[in-house]
Amino acid sequence: MLTKRIIACLDVHDGRVVKGVQFVDIIDAGDPAELAARHAREGADEIVLLDITATHEGRKTLLDTVRRAAKVLFVPFCVGGGIRSARDAEQVFDAGADKVSVNSAALVDPMLIDAIGRSFGAQAVVVAIDARRDPTAADPVRDAQVLVQGGRKVTGRRVVEWAHEAEARGAGEILLTSMDSDGTRAGFDCELTAAVSEAVNIPVIASGGAGTVAHFAEVFARGKADAALAASIFHFGVSSARSLKQELAQAGVPVRLPC
Amino acid sequence: MRVAVIDYKAGNLTSVLKALRHLGAEPEVTDADLTLIERAERIVLPGVGHFAATARLDSTGITTAVRAAIARGVPFLGICVGMQWLFAGSSEEPNQRGLAAFPQSCSRFPEGHEKVPHVGWNSLEVCPNSRLLAGISSGEYVYFTHSYRAPVVAETVAASNYIEPFSAAVERANVMGVQFHPEKSGATGLKILRNFLAFAMEGAC
Repeated sequence: MLTKRIIACLDVHDGRVVKGVQFVDIIDAGDPAELAARHAREGADEIVLLDITATHEGRKTLLDTVRRAAKVLFVPFCVGGGIRSARDAEQVFDAGADKVSVNSAALVDPMLIDAIGRSFGAQAVVVAIDARRDPTAADPVRDAQVLVQGGRKVTGRRVVEWAHEAEARGAGEILLTSMDSDGTRAGFDCELTAAVSEAVNIPVIASGGAGTVAHFAEVFARGKADAALAASIFHFGVSSARSLKQELAQAGVPVRLPC
Repeated sequence: MRVAVIDYKAGNLTSVLKALRHLGAEPEVTDADLTLIERAERIVLPGVGHFAATARLDSTGITTAVRAAIARGVPFLGICVGMQWLFAGSSEEPNQRGLAAFPQSCSRFPEGHEKVPHVGWNSLEVCPNSRLLAGISSGEYVYFTHSYRAPVVAETVAASNYIEPFSAAVERANVMGVQFHPEKSGATGLKILRNFLAFAMEGAC
């Protein structure tokens, strides 16, 4: 039986893992390569590394980080942040990533999705979408606003419509972050996740708001997510992926165990 | 051990090379150099991407070289599209023929049931006599990402279930294929690759 994936996310800034609440109040949580290995050891089904550094020097540090992390990772490894061209993607793949995640650059130039997919296969392209409900829209959920720049800038795109286009262009997965929930540990946005998951035929990874085991169970059942991503709850030892999965299994969610 | 890893420009080989090196093998990448295949002790055909990419194997002469190596008894492992290539063909690219080591064809998962592609960790139903899967138990999980799959055949040594059962691994003498990605399947995947590297050079099919 295909299991629900638990994905550990590392937000990296200048070569260090950081964690903020709704993209502010950033605090240091350690070395990305070490943390990636620890999460894999502790049962994460996949590792996502998102680089939030924008500088040229930072990019070089990122490739080094990816190389160091990939060396000991034998689970799927996705890297995102600052990938603006197929060439950028190629460098990240050469450093050892299995997938890249594209976000703002794909909104500026949607052909980027096609280009990476053509060269590396659809399975290697994750389109990350940051969305915020729009209370003024006819359907605040399906028409949630798509944001860039860490949630500071509105793009004019609507979440379901953009997810559709990403799929049509050859995205292999959607990584959907609810900006309303991100960092709150108050639960995933299940309505938003379900709206996108039902609209596309590719896997949807839910992100933003994980705090308890029940939140994961809810986003798989009600949110129809294929995978769920969390960062802070793992970093500070609140829960390992393994203990989370053991509790999910007891709640009837199919997960990879033992792991 | 000299392991020829075939590059047919259908995606990234880094993860496969990394896993093989981690297990102590010395992978050599070849995209047209047939001598690497002729002297290889193991051959791996990785694969992500489209079945059409395997046309390059014919045009570079790799298909012929692989056929000869298999006849000499060199263990061969196809991964994902590399496994599908061991079959007669795939509906993904009907004009392109596979190696036809297995006479059946690959086809797309049926629409309207579950999401396609099939992405994630799924469990194996393992046949006890497999050498490739020695030490692997039914119920162990491996990582898949694919939209096309091979049917369950007589040589299927592990089946997996998504919408319906399909071949997760096939094995006939020294010819082996896995639909999943052993290089991305944690300890279970590494054990399978280790089994492949430990395969005795005997019993050519």
